[in-house]
Amino acid sequence: MSETKYHLVEHEKPFKYDENGLHVTRGSAWSGPGCHIGCGVLLYTDDDGKLVKVEGDPENPYNKGRLCNRCLALTEVVYSPDRITSPMKRDPAHRGEDKWEQITWDEALDLVYDRFTEIKEKYGAWSIPFVQGTGRDIAAWITRLAWSFGSPNYMFNMSGMACYLPRVAGCAATTGNFWVGDFSQQYPDRYDNPEWEPAEYIMVWGNNPLIANSDGFYGHWMVDVMKRGSKLIVVDPRLTWLAYKAEYWLQIRPGTDAALALGMLNVIISEDLYDHDFVDRWCYGFDELAQTAAAYPADKVASITWVPEEKIVGAARTWANARCGIVQWGLAVDTTKESLPAAQAIGALWQICGFCEKPGCMIVPPEILAYSGGFGGELVTPEMDAHRIGLDKYSLLKFGFQVASSDEVMKTLETEEPYKLHGAWLQTTNFLTCTSPDPERSMKAWRTLDFIVVVDMFMTPTAMALADVFLPACTYAERDGIRVGDGAQRGETINKVCQVGECKSDMQINLELGRRFNPEAWPWKDDKEMFSYVIECTGYTFEELQQAAPAYIPFEYHRHEKGLLRPDGQPGFNTQTGRIELWSTFYNNAGLSPVPYFEEPTESPESTPDLYEEYPFVLTTGARNWFMFHSEHRQIPHLRAGRPWPIVQINPKAAEKVGVHDGEWVWLENGRGRCKRVVECTEIMDERVIMSDHAWWFPEAPGEEKDGLFGMLDLNVNKLLNSYLPGKSGFGANYKSMLCKVYPVKEGE
Amino acid sequence: MDGKYGILVDYDWCTGCHSCEMACQMEHGFPIGQSGVQVCTMGPWLIEGETWQYDFAPIFGDQCDLCADRTAKGELPACVHHCQANCMTYGPLDELSALLADHRKQTLCAL
Repeated sequence: MSETKYHLVEHEKPFKYDENGLHVTRGSAWSGPGCHIGCGVLLYTDDDGKLVKVEGDPENPYNKGRLCNRCLALTEVVYSPDRITSPMKRDPAHRGEDKWEQITWDEALDLVYDRFTEIKEKYGAWSIPFVQGTGRDIAAWITRLAWSFGSPNYMFNMSGMACYLPRVAGCAATTGNFWVGDFSQQYPDRYDNPEWEPAEYIMVWGNNPLIANSDGFYGHWMVDVMKRGSKLIVVDPRLTWLAYKAEYWLQIRPGTDAALALGMLNVIISEDLYDHDFVDRWCYGFDELAQTAAAYPADKVASITWVPEEKIVGAARTWANARCGIVQWGLAVDTTKESLPAAQAIGALWQICGFCEKPGCMIVPPEILAYSGGFGGELVTPEMDAHRIGLDKYSLLKFGFQVASSDEVMKTLETEEPYKLHGAWLQTTNFLTCTSPDPERSMKAWRTLDFIVVVDMFMTPTAMALADVFLPACTYAERDGIRVGDGAQRGETINKVCQVGECKSDMQINLELGRRFNPEAWPWKDDKEMFSYVIECTGYTFEELQQAAPAYIPFEYHRHEKGLLRPDGQPGFNTQTGRIELWSTFYNNAGLSPVPYFEEPTESPESTPDLYEEYPFVLTTGARNWFMFHSEHRQIPHLRAGRPWPIVQINPKAAEKVGVHDGEWVWLENGRGRCKRVVECTEIMDERVIMSDHAWWFPEAPGEEKDGLFGMLDLNVNKLLNSYLPGKSGFGANYKSMLCKVYPVKEGE
Repeated sequence: MDGKYGILVDYDWCTGCHSCEMACQMEHGFPIGQSGVQVCTMGPWLIEGETWQYDFAPIFGDQCDLCADRTAKGELPACVHHCQANCMTYGPLDELSALLADHRKQTLCAL
């Protein structure tokens, strides 16, 4: 047993028990389908081993019995007639055509092993990228597969890796760690824990946490702490319900977040409202930050951001005067081209106010497995890493997730520089539908590969367009696992209760294939033994943790004062200066600006006024809805009923001005492309801004490429984005700040 | 009101997440489009200045049996159990009605 004594909750019953003629299994709800959290669930099965019901587990401190629509409707996902339940192969000559041939697992794994080995021997293992999507339990297992095979090209295929990774890499570079808000999630007794207190103010920035549930954060913790007194400042272009409840709603022009943060910093610094003691003892480069912020007076920031001056000043004062505060930030920070300076400026708002490592402030999340580090970093040799695509150009790729640059991989696919790529392993990713800008260019580029494997639960537009082998993956009800993901980690198990067809878990697939490639890197006899290895530091085996979970790592505040945030045990932060770097040594050494700055989006009313005349709306994309996770759930009846069509939200006055009506099909179009949407007129939008759903396809539509890949080619809003244009650091891209026009779809289109 | 039960909704906190509807549909196996509970929306509209109207609240219909099977076993109705905002309370009407005066934006549904 380890010396660490984990904190547990008391369970009335074992993790499996019988109740009213059904069998109940307690566990964690983590993926598939995709999700960023992992609530405690009770899975009910009948005597035939069929999953009949899912309930939230009231004993689990994480969600306390609550569930969102997607877990409540899980039975419809598990037993969807659209599931792919056997391995399949297709002749690469027929990519994009529905010409699949069912094969056995042995045939499938032999085929993948043979082709990957052949490519490795001829061209080097690095010529096969391993690609994941978001929100599924995959980072640990795909990194180990890639690295044990010999490929350093593990990646998340979004321009600028513009989802979470910029904030993770940015925080790691400037503070030595990632940070999350303290909502008591690290304690089993939660809000009753005597050490904890609710944040006085929560600044919700570019995030709708109630729906997004991102980064290990259960969104309705917001409501829990609001009931306990937390007040809100909300930065959002839309009037979300949280914005409605906020003391300050800053209705920002999309893509100007860095300017707003710098403007608020200027108020806080020039009015001397910051935490002198914390800044003096623990921060580096304050004077340079102050000088930088001074260039952003409130009146100038108001004209950039469209947020009234008095609100900028009022919100900044309120924030800085708070006893304790949390920034609950989201994807909008990543999905702007210069995302790192934006993250750096927003980070400075909590750093100079000293809202670090204190109750109700920002904390470094406790971890069992360093999630961003992947599983098996020691397998990456210097020779391998020398072949990581983009690392020579973007040295920040050393921080956070050890990924290849998606933008550079795109160039490599097209130019064969620095070397030609030959294969791909695409697991839990539907990137042509969801994350890739310019889907047609992306499809063409990935098609150049000799051999492509897709692992997923459903046939997707990406698999239809690209795959030569399709391996069917499980939902979480069909597999064992451990919930070790983003956010504050705790020991949780995912417990198998049913089987669908021949589907296997992503972990099982990677274990079986991994040990063929590199048996020494996969020494475990089965997945349970592998999970036990990962959680060895907890002192529990997988089977023990099934009974005990959830198990909480003992937590304490003020770790920077106690030498608990640096590997050398010294006080301070894990940076070169040992301090939080408001002026970043690393950015400076990497040739990047050491202090934050604002740059206009590539297209905007300010940067391209002529285009703005032709395309009169600022287009933001990707807001989430209550029923779907990114490109998933479109074929699940009760969930699709909640969001039957892809929508674009437009202010009613703006809709009238351009002659479109509520419920009408329209085109969104700019110089790069167009996509179809249904108008939703709503007052939550500024008249100058529209919000489009993302990641749409119609599983019910014809799937072959000649018929439009399940409608995806007409529905993909990413056709309107810059085609692979990341920020200077390689991180960030403008997914939420393009220009476009809106006009009705004609009959027959 | 003796012996009668109902649901108190503190709709000041209802976020409109629809978990009550989905929990109800799954518990009772209702077809798409039918439920014992439905989330209604009031707004959003600008009343004046910075003041908005933007509320959600669940209302209960004829297909709500207060989850008689569940409550007989000592469980909560499926909607109350899964309400993400924890804004629904199940209990005897006389006890719940005593809570109504505490603050505004509450409704009590007799069922």
